[in-house]
Amino acid sequence: MSGGAGSVLGSFFQIVLVGVLGPLLVGWVNWVRGVLSNRKPPSVIQPFRDLFKLFRKETIRPSGTSALFGLAPYVVFSAMVVASLLIPVVSTVSGGRAMGDAIVLVGLFALARVFMALAAMDTGTPFGGMGGRREMMVGFLAEPATILVLFTTYLLSHSTMTGVTSEVVREGSVLPTPSLVFGALAYFLILLGENSRIPIDNPATHLELTMIHEAMLLEYSGRNLALMEWGSSIKLLLYLLLGISFFLPWGMSGSPGWQGDLLALAALGGKLVVAGAALALFETLMAKLRIFRVPEFMTLAFLLAILGFLSHFILEV
Amino acid sequence: MHKILLKIFRTGNLTEPLPVPAPPLEKPCSLARGSLSIRHVDAGSCNACELELHALNQSIYSPETLGIRFVASPRHADALLVTGPVTLAMKEALKATAGATPNPRAIIAMGDCAINGGVFRGSYAVAGGVAEVIAVDGQIPGCPPAPGQILAFLERLALPEPHP
Repeated sequence: MSGGAGSVLGSFFQIVLVGVLGPLLVGWVNWVRGVLSNRKPPSVIQPFRDLFKLFRKETIRPSGTSALFGLAPYVVFSAMVVASLLIPVVSTVSGGRAMGDAIVLVGLFALARVFMALAAMDTGTPFGGMGGRREMMVGFLAEPATILVLFTTYLLSHSTMTGVTSEVVREGSVLPTPSLVFGALAYFLILLGENSRIPIDNPATHLELTMIHEAMLLEYSGRNLALMEWGSSIKLLLYLLLGISFFLPWGMSGSPGWQGDLLALAALGGKLVVAGAALALFETLMAKLRIFRVPEFMTLAFLLAILGFLSHFILEV
Repeated sequence: MHKILLKIFRTGNLTEPLPVPAPPLEKPCSLARGSLSIRHVDAGSCNACELELHALNQSIYSPETLGIRFVASPRHADALLVTGPVTLAMKEALKATAGATPNPRAIIAMGDCAINGGVFRGSYAVAGGVAEVIAVDGQIPGCPPAPGQILAFLERLALPEPHP
């Protein structure tokens, strides 16, 4: 990476792109879900309207909460923004390549999760504490599987840099290797668990007793709530982007230059449209698992990741 | 699984056109345009209004299409939708819920009981209509109001200018 002004501009562009695409992706998933539930779907830009409204509303700090409660939304949002620099979005040689690797990425997501759970417990409400504990349970079950998937990709590219891995996969054969297929399956399960989607959690629920993610946000209002929701939508986008860069990097630009970037941007848009629709379809067809089945679900992800890891040594070396 | 998909594609779009718009609000409520989060508060209702709210959330009326959604916490809400006469047991809870809702907010009394106590007016367990406990910004009359009526009112609240 050459660095300099172009890289700073590229990083800035990437942050703006991810910040806009995050809510847009959630709007698109909700649109498809609306169509699949036989109703006139809400507008794709509805999340922007909601965020805009929340930023203009009063922000209440509940009595009895410490400074942690007000700090958490900023930590969560900044962690997501920084994480967006570590993932190749348009080009495999994007600006964040010198900043950190996939391990840092997992750490940033963990940082956001810990702050969110601590702030939820800080409110002292039973639902906040319950949501925080459940989130940590899902998190600690998903994390080893995530790390194993990352190590599987590391075996292929001999680098934990996400950009290098997608370059290696892109320049490899079009036929995916067995380890990548297992890794992709495990990654899909992790994505559902980490982003509070069905079958782990229901993003549209109003029932406090079944909530995981939403239960942690019950006491947030106004600007704080907007930052949390914006952060979560960016997190979903980042998980999809990371999956795309590992398992479907074809179409990404590999060299600097705006023509390649424009083409790659179009390819990325197409991939996100398909991925969002697939996510909505999956959520429509699946029922939510009860909370005690979640460990089994995440164990399946871990098992698939192990299979991917081992199949590299058995079949590919 | 394929049976569900077949059913979805055979059924198609069930959402009916918007009902007749509600009369304009007496006091215009400057909440956000096109995005309205509602917290429903049951202050002692007989659950008839709740059944109508359930019916409202089906695909036929689909409030999400207009950006209206029901949320799980008063902290997320722009409007409190209160049903039922306010029972003495729920009086303080209702006041606390209103206090937990960030400004700007609207308090809506839904159903005849919430408006003036309805058939429960004068009961020893009832404080009266919502207006006797907290200031009310809008009323949806009916016992219970039909989903179309509720949607027309909420649309007026979410989109102060008439919907195209």
